Amino acid sequence: MITVEIVDKWMELFYQKISEQKAYLSELDTPIGDGDHGNNMMRGMQGVKDGLAKLSEPDLKLTFKTIAMSLISKVGGAAGPLYGTAFLEMAKNCEETQEPAELFKLALEGIKKRGGATTGDKTMIDVWAPVVDALAAASLSVEKVKEAAEGTRDLVAKKGRASYLGERSVGHLDPGAVSSQYLFESFIAAGGIK
Amino acid sequence: MKKIINDPGDVVPEMIDGLVRAYPQYVTRIPETEAVVRSDKASMDGKVGIVSGGGSGHEPAHPGFVGKGMLSAAVAGQVFTSPTPDQIYEAIKAVNTGKGVFLIIKNYSGDVMNFDMASDMAELDDIPVKSIIVDDDIAVEDSLYTQGRRGVAGTVIMHKIVGAAADQGASLAEIEKLAKEVLPHINTIAVALSAATVPEVGKPGFELADDEIEYGVGIHSEPGYRREKIKTSRKLVEELVSKIDSELKLDAGHKYAVLVNGMGATPLMEQYVFSHDLLDELAKKKIVPAFMKVGNYMTSIDMAGISLTIFDLVDEKWLDYLNYPVETIAW
Repeated sequence: MITVEIVDKWMELFYQKISEQKAYLSELDTPIGDGDHGNNMMRGMQGVKDGLAKLSEPDLKLTFKTIAMSLISKVGGAAGPLYGTAFLEMAKNCEETQEPAELFKLALEGIKKRGGATTGDKTMIDVWAPVVDALAAASLSVEKVKEAAEGTRDLVAKKGRASYLGERSVGHLDPGAVSSQYLFESFIAAGGIK
Repeated sequence: MKKIINDPGDVVPEMIDGLVRAYPQYVTRIPETEAVVRSDKASMDGKVGIVSGGGSGHEPAHPGFVGKGMLSAAVAGQVFTSPTPDQIYEAIKAVNTGKGVFLIIKNYSGDVMNFDMASDMAELDDIPVKSIIVDDDIAVEDSLYTQGRRGVAGTVIMHKIVGAAADQGASLAEIEKLAKEVLPHINTIAVALSAATVPEVGKPGFELADDEIEYGVGIHSEPGYRREKIKTSRKLVEELVSKIDSELKLDAGHKYAVLVNGMGATPLMEQYVFSHDLLDELAKKKIVPAFMKVGNYMTSIDMAGISLTIFDLVDEKWLDYLNYPVETIAW
C-alpha cells in the first residue's frame, strides 16, 4: 500500500540521490546524449521538493499530481514528459488502487505510450518493466533494480538521441535507466514494499 | 570554457530578457515564461497562430523569427533541452485568435513529447492545434531503429513558408496541408569543425582533432556519418552537394532555394567562400538558385561548421512565400 507518508519519504530520498549523483548522471549522458540529464533531473526534483512543501493536507492524488506537474514543468527534454506522465498516471489511478504493482504498471503503460519505446530499446523502460514484473511476483529487491539498469549497458539504443549512435551506444549505461534505478531504490528505502 | 555569461544556470532567462529589451518593436516576453510573442499583436488578428521553439543555443532560432509574416511566438527551453509543455501552452494561448494554432516542431524525442503534451492541454481548452514535425537532416537514415531524421536548419524554411501563408489568411487545415507538402522537399546536411560547449556542462560535446572534420553532425553535437582530415572549401562543397544530390536528385529543370547556415563559430567570411564554391558546383549542374540566404540562422552555440539546405521549389507559390516581406529580428 502506497501512502502519502511513503511518497513524501520516497521523494525526499530521491531528491537526495539525484543531488548526490547529478554530475554522474550528466557524465553518463555525455557519450550517448547531450550531457545534461543530471542537471535536468536536479531542476525537476528541486521543483518537486518545493511543490510538496506547499501542500497543506496529506492527499495522495494531489501529492502525485504535484510531483507530475513539477517534473513536467521543470525537467524539459524527454525525461520531463516521461517521468511526468508516469506520476500523472499514478495520480489518475491512485483512488482505485494503492498497490505499487498496479500503479507502477499503469505508469509504465503511460511512459510507453508517450515515448513510443518498448523493452530492449535502451531506455528507462528497461528498468521500469522488470520492476513492474518483480512487484507482481512480490520479488522486488534493490539488487534486481540495479541489475536491470546495468542490463542497459549491452543494449543498442533505438529511441531518443542515443539512437543516432546505433551500435556505438553499446557499452554505455542509459542515463534514464540509471535515474529510474535511483527512483526505485529510493522507493524501496522509503518502505514502499513492506 | 570561456564564455560571456554570468551564472551558467541563468543563461536562458538573461538571453531572452536581453533579446526582448533590445528589440521591443518585434518581440515581447510572455510573462513568467521563456517564450516571446509578436509585439505587433494586431498583425495576428484573424490569422492562424504559428508557434515554434525548442532548446536554446540555436539563436537566432527561434525567437529571431518571430514577427509579422513569420512566427507568432517562440518558446525557448534550457540549452539543448526542449521547452516544457506549460510554457508551450502559454504561447499557444497567447497567439490564438480563434483560427487555431499551428506548431512547428523539430524531430527530437523531447520536443515531440513536450509539444504533444501542450497540444493535449490546448485541446482541453477547445483551441484547435495542428503541427508538423520537421526532419530535414539527411545525415541520418530514416529507419525504425532510430529516432528518425533530425530537424535542423531547414526548419527555418518551414517557419518562413508557413508564416507567409498564415499572414495571407490561410486556414489551419490549409497550413497543415502546405507544411506536409513542403516538408519532403527540404533537405539539409552539415559539416562540423569543432563541437559546441553547453554552458552548464563546461566542455565540448565531442572531441575533434585540430585537423579533423565530421560530416553529418546534428545541431546538438549528435554524431555524424564520417570523420576525415580538414579539406578545402571546394572539397567540402563537393561532399555536401553529392550527399544532397543522392537524396534530392538535383535537376537543372527545377527551381531551388538554398540556405547556407553557419553553426555559430564559423565567420561569415568562410560562409561566403563556401557559397562561392557552392554556386560554382551547382552551376556545373546548370543550376542557379532562385533564392539564397547565407548567415547564422540555426546555430549550435559555438560549434564551428556549416550546413547546407536545398529546398526544391516544386510549387511556384513557395518562392513567393520565401520572398514575402517579414518584420523579424533575424530573417
